[in-house]
This record gives sequence, structure tokens and C-alpha cells, in this order.
Amino acid sequence: MADTDLFAEANRQLVICNACRYCEGLCPVFRAIETRRDFGKGDVFYLANLCHDCRACYYACMFTPPHEFAINIPKILSDARIESYKEWSWPSLFARAFKESRIAFFLGALISLLVVIAAVVLVGPSRLFAPHAGPGAFYAIIPYPAMVVPAVTIVLFGIAVWIRGGIRSWHEMKDGPQSVSGTTLIRAAGAALGLRHLQGGGPGCTYPDERPSSGRRIYHSLVFWGFLLDFASTTLAYVYQDFLHELPPYPVLSPPVILGTLGGVLLLIGAAGLIWFKWKSDRAPAEGRAYAMDYAFLILLGLTALTGMLTLIFRTTPALGTFLVLHLAVIAALFITVPYGKFVHALYRSLALVRYYVERE
Amino acid sequence: MNLFDVIVVGGGNAALSAALAARHVAPRVLILERAPEYMRGGNSRHTRNIRCAHGSADEFFSAPYSEEEFLEDLIGVTGSPANLDLAKFVSRQSTKLPQWMSEHGVAWQQPLAGTLSLGRTNRFFLGGGKNLLNAYYRTAQKMGIEIRYSSFVEDLIIEDDSFEAVVLKTNGGRELIRANAVVIAAGGYEANIEWLKRYWGDSANNFIIRGTPYNDGSMLAALFEKGAKPVGDPKAFHAIAVDARAPKFDGGIVTRLDATPFGIVVNKLGRRFYDEGEAIWPKRYAIWGGLIAAQPDQLAYVIIDAKTVGRFLPPMFKPYQADSLECLASLIDVDRGTFVATLREFNCATSGKTEQRMEEPDGNGTRGINPPKSNWAIPIDKPPFYALPLRPGITFTYMGVEIDETGRVLKQGGRPFKNVYAAGEIMSGNILSRGYLAGFGMTIGSVFGELAGRMAATNGRH
Repeated sequence: MADTDLFAEANRQLVICNACRYCEGLCPVFRAIETRRDFGKGDVFYLANLCHDCRACYYACMFTPPHEFAINIPKILSDARIESYKEWSWPSLFARAFKESRIAFFLGALISLLVVIAAVVLVGPSRLFAPHAGPGAFYAIIPYPAMVVPAVTIVLFGIAVWIRGGIRSWHEMKDGPQSVSGTTLIRAAGAALGLRHLQGGGPGCTYPDERPSSGRRIYHSLVFWGFLLDFASTTLAYVYQDFLHELPPYPVLSPPVILGTLGGVLLLIGAAGLIWFKWKSDRAPAEGRAYAMDYAFLILLGLTALTGMLTLIFRTTPALGTFLVLHLAVIAALFITVPYGKFVHALYRSLALVRYYVERE
Repeated sequence: MNLFDVIVVGGGNAALSAALAARHVAPRVLILERAPEYMRGGNSRHTRNIRCAHGSADEFFSAPYSEEEFLEDLIGVTGSPANLDLAKFVSRQSTKLPQWMSEHGVAWQQPLAGTLSLGRTNRFFLGGGKNLLNAYYRTAQKMGIEIRYSSFVEDLIIEDDSFEAVVLKTNGGRELIRANAVVIAAGGYEANIEWLKRYWGDSANNFIIRGTPYNDGSMLAALFEKGAKPVGDPKAFHAIAVDARAPKFDGGIVTRLDATPFGIVVNKLGRRFYDEGEAIWPKRYAIWGGLIAAQPDQLAYVIIDAKTVGRFLPPMFKPYQADSLECLASLIDVDRGTFVATLREFNCATSGKTEQRMEEPDGNGTRGINPPKSNWAIPIDKPPFYALPLRPGITFTYMGVEIDETGRVLKQGGRPFKNVYAAGEIMSGNILSRGYLAGFGMTIGSVFGELAGRMAATNGRH
């Protein structure tokens, strides 16, 4: 759908929702609709990012196709969400990845391949496939600077694109008061971290089908907290290495490995659950374009956990080098697509929630 | 032996309440829903809340609402019920509904500060009536109730006052399905324009039917033909003002307009015809459908100006807009001269106050015009001016079959059929004679659905 058609169509549907309001108990999107009368691009982007795609409104609506009003809010907001991701990203060549999944795939595959080639060429097969053990084993395979410099570059670039996108989105979604109080931030953070609005207004979200269930909220929480535990594990390992001067790998019962393993297991279960749900999910309330992006993100998260755990399991064998390189390749792909994939929803949905709680004050 | 203990004809709230209640008593219950699955649920699809009496405030009700007050409201707004005992029964039984409905899967909306805040008397379904139906259908399936969609019951076989079978229309033929008892919960005849024409003449061509196109009254006609006793005025219905641009059927809630108290309403002759500032909200809501039905071409316009255009619930259709009254008149189908004169006369009759406090009747009425506007009468003088076209939007008809205190359908002579029960719109005329109370249709459907289902299953076993 061309952009102008998208916003005109979103406005048409949202005006009907606003005349109905039966869904106001389901989620914040409908309560935010009620404080507006017409829906411009900024409003549509705001509502699109406030939407958690729980689909309760689709099954509750008596005006879904084939009714002539043809209301399908999850689908149109999903479409608008992708459009907003694209517009708020940078540079435009990469930002097109949101609409053309092959660009994202190309970007991720390219960086992964670079990691593997660099490892093989620079490290050489003999060192790569030799057994390594004891402190500094990882760096015996790939030197510390070779790991850290590209990683930090990619992450810093991602952060820069996120900051730029965050500022743009905040200005585009603005309506009403701008100042954000501490309590508002805490409420928004609580809603985001607890997935408070992924419950279909109480009984659970209607996903993967029309029966309300808590499954998606649980899987999503597993992914989120698993990712956070892994992040904490990495940070802790950094502290061990640079402040306590203990080189990895760390013992199985050391805090970084315990956190990392727990995080990896949660991430793996959560990502697998979400992929399974997405596979089974009703396509009627869905925007097809979103699926490739969602799958890619989930698969990368799952692979990150999987290769990490394989690295742990085989770290005393000659396979260590292979799995370490694979793990780094997957992480590189995950991080290069941070600003060009589904990862961005963490940023924009959080900001939309802040905006929502600001409006509620 | 019959294949089923109870057959329920219909697929809305009353039908599902009946089927669920019957299933608690008897194992073999069949629902025959005429609509395809995506359209299941009759007019309940378009509902939002239910009126229930209750002794104390709770999570969902802001304050107590006694059975007596419920009954007073009912009598106050709708006149005297045809059967006072049944009216008392509804208000008494309504106290038990929230729990019963919750037990069968219905989720409720937490009270929010919204435009339609009826938090004291009505409970709101989370996500509206279709969500409620989805929950009931899921529960019915879990309980082992058989459900058939796109199943049109053409006729009933009744011998010696005893129901034998339903006649189901199938592809190119008919199928008889036997049962020990039947509950008819198939709605009124509101979607049958030809039937409405018997009482309204060609005016009915201009009616907009707010709900399902499937309620053509074929079951009601079948019951009358078998000798069931009619109850209720055939012209009586629940009808409100809807936007004239609404679809002929199934436009539901989004086409309703409640801008009336903010401005004035004129017919196509350009004349006002009723007090737009009447105080009682439920009455205001439910009276305009009938009023517009009596106007030429069943058409009217609510006229407002820049002062009030943003104050009511934003409508689905944009209003007609013009910078002068003359230009507005040419955009809409009214007599221009009379229209402008009506506005002048109205403006001169206002006190000059320009503030409307809608929370309560503000006593700011017109002087010296007929009909008056008894509250919220402020001049319509600030351009741009706006017009919203109105037509009668029929929700459901009241004339139906008379029932006894167990939900059984009565015959002309006053004796009941042995095992034929009715619930919902099709028997609403036992209580409703005119006017409407918000959320009361669902109360009738739930109370009499549960009663009919339970009694049909119990009776059918003996």
C-alpha cells in the first residue's frame, strides 16, 4: 500500500473505532484513540507503536471483513508500524530493510560471512581447530582486539541510529504535553517490562488464535529476561577481565557462566515458543510483511543462545574454535540488524508507552 | 428416541444462554444458528453492556441499584409492562446474571472514564457483545453442545400442542431434526422490511436496520401460524437516530448519533418537530428513531454550529459543513426559506447564554416557540454550520409471543404449548411496550434464555 493510502486507510478505520469504542477496555490504543478526532501520520505512528499486536480487537470487532466497514486494526497498525520503523531509521539504503527483507538478510549474512572469513584468513585453520584450554583460550583463537573493536563499532553505530530514531519518533508522535515526570517514566517502564498491555484487557491475548491465552506474554518475557541475563553475563565477564584481571573462559559455576547459561536457556525456549506461535498464528489480522522481519529477529536471538551454549559445552574440545566463530558471526548479524530489524520495537514501543502515560496524567 | 433433548433455534445471547443452561440439565443440546459462523450471534454482536440490579457497589458497579429501582426505571421509561410479574422476575433474576455469565466465560471491562458512563446500572462486556458471544460459543463447545451454522429453520412440526421436530432447510431439500423440547430465540422481525411495511407502509423502505439481516421473523411467523398468542404493539420497537448514510443493515453502534441535545433537529420541510432538550437521557436516546420515522421521507437533520461541533462523540460520517445557513440548506435536502426562518426563530427564543453544561439538565430553555427546547438551548450562530442527516435506526421489534412464568409459549386460548419455549427479542413484548432502557435487551435475553433452556431441558426429560 502506498504511504498516502496507508494513512488515509488508517484514518478511515480509526474514525470508525472512535465512533464505537467497544474495545476501550482491551488496551491503551483505544483509550488513546478517544482523545483524538482525526488521525494524522504522527497519530497513526504513535498508535501503531503503542499496539502490541495482541489481536483481541480483531476478534471482538463486528466490522471485520467481509463486513463493508472492513476494520482490521492489527493489520493496518502493523503496516504503519513497519512504515514508522523505516522512516525513523537511517541511512535510507539500510532502512529499506524494513520493507525488503532481502536487504536485512543480505546485511546480516554479509557481516556473518565477514566474521567467518576474517577468522579463517587471519587466525588460520591450524589455530582455529586446535584445542585450547585455560585462561585466555578464547583469545588464543581470536585476539581480543579483533573481537572487541568490530563489536564496539557495530554497537556504537546501532546506538547512534537508535538515538536519532528515538528523537525523531518522539517528535513525530507528540501530541499534548511534552514534559515527562519521574512517576510517568516508572509507570511506562513497568508497563513495558511487565508487558502489561499484552493481555487483551485481562483474559490474555488472542494469539495464536481467537482463544485468549497467556502463552505469548510468557514466551516474550522469557526472551526479554533471557536476553537481559545474557547481557548481564557479558557485562560481568568484562568486569572480571578488565577489573579483576581474570581471563575467560570462567568456571561452570562462576557468576558469568551461570547467568549466561540461564539466560541462554530462557532465550532459547522463549524464541522457540514465539516462532512456534507465529507459525500457527491466524493470518487474517496480520500484515504479511511483518512476518519475515519477526522470524529473522527471533531466529537470530535463538541462534545467539544456541551457539553460545554450544561454545560452552564444547569449550574444552577442538570444536571450540568453530563454535566460537559461529557464535560471534551470529552476534555480529544480530547487532548489525539492531537498527534495521524487529529489535527497534523495544525502543519505539517503550517511547509510545511513555507518550501514553504522559497523555494520561 | 429423539436425537436431542433440546434444540435451540437462534445464535445470539438468548440462544446461547438457553443452550448453556439446558446443557447443565441434559446432555444432548443442539444450536441451530441461521447465520454463517462469522456472522453468528444475531443482534447481540452489536451490544455492549447489560443492565443488572445489585445490592452493593463492586469492581464493576459504582453504587447499588436495587431491584425496585430497576423496575421503577423500566416502568418510568417504557410505560407499563404487558406482564408486570415477568418484569419483576427480570429485575429480580438480573442480580444473579453477572456471576452466571462470568462462570460461562464472560469477561468484564474495568470501569473507565468514558463518554458513555453508565457504571451504576450496567456492566460492560470486555470488548463488547461479540467478545461475549465468542466466550459463550467457546464454553458451549467445551460443554459438548453441538453447534450448526448457516442452518435455517423453516418451520416447526407441532402436533397436539407438542413440539416434534424442526424443519431445517438444506441444499435442495429439507431435514427433520427431532428433540424433546425447543427454545425459539431467533430474534424479532426488524430485518423484514415487508413485514414492517404492514404497519408503517412505504416509510419502512427508509428504515435503517442496525443489526443482523437474518432477523426476518420467520420463526415468529411460524409460531403465530401454529396458534401462538401475540403480545405487544406491532409498531413498537427500539429505534434510535442513526446517520442517514449508514448501511441498510448491520451498521451497528458506529452510525448512531447523539448530537441532538447540542443543537436542533429539523425535518426536510425545514421545521423542528420535537423538544431536543428533553431531560431524561434514556428517553432521549430511544425516542428519536420513532420521531424521525414519522417525518416526511423519514429524514431529519441535526443542526449545530462551530461552538458545539467538537463536543459530542465523534461520528463515523463527517457532517455537512457551510459558512452560512443558506449554503448549508443547499447542501442538504431541506426547504431553504423555512430552514433559515426556523433557525432565526430558534435563536431569538434562546436566552442568549452560550454555555451548555451537559452533565445535567441546565434549565436553559427557549421561550415562546413550539416545540420548545427545554434545556441546553443556545443560539446556533457561529459559523461554520454543520448538519448531520438522520434516519430511524431500528434495533429490534417488540411484538412477539406471549410466554408463561416458565418461559413456555402460550396459545391463543391461553394454554401453553407443552414443550415450546421462547427467549430474547421474540418475547420482549411481554415486558417492553414502548421506549427502551440501555442494556435491557441483554437482560431479557439472559434471564429468559437461562429460564427457557433450563425448563426445556427439565421438562423434556419427563
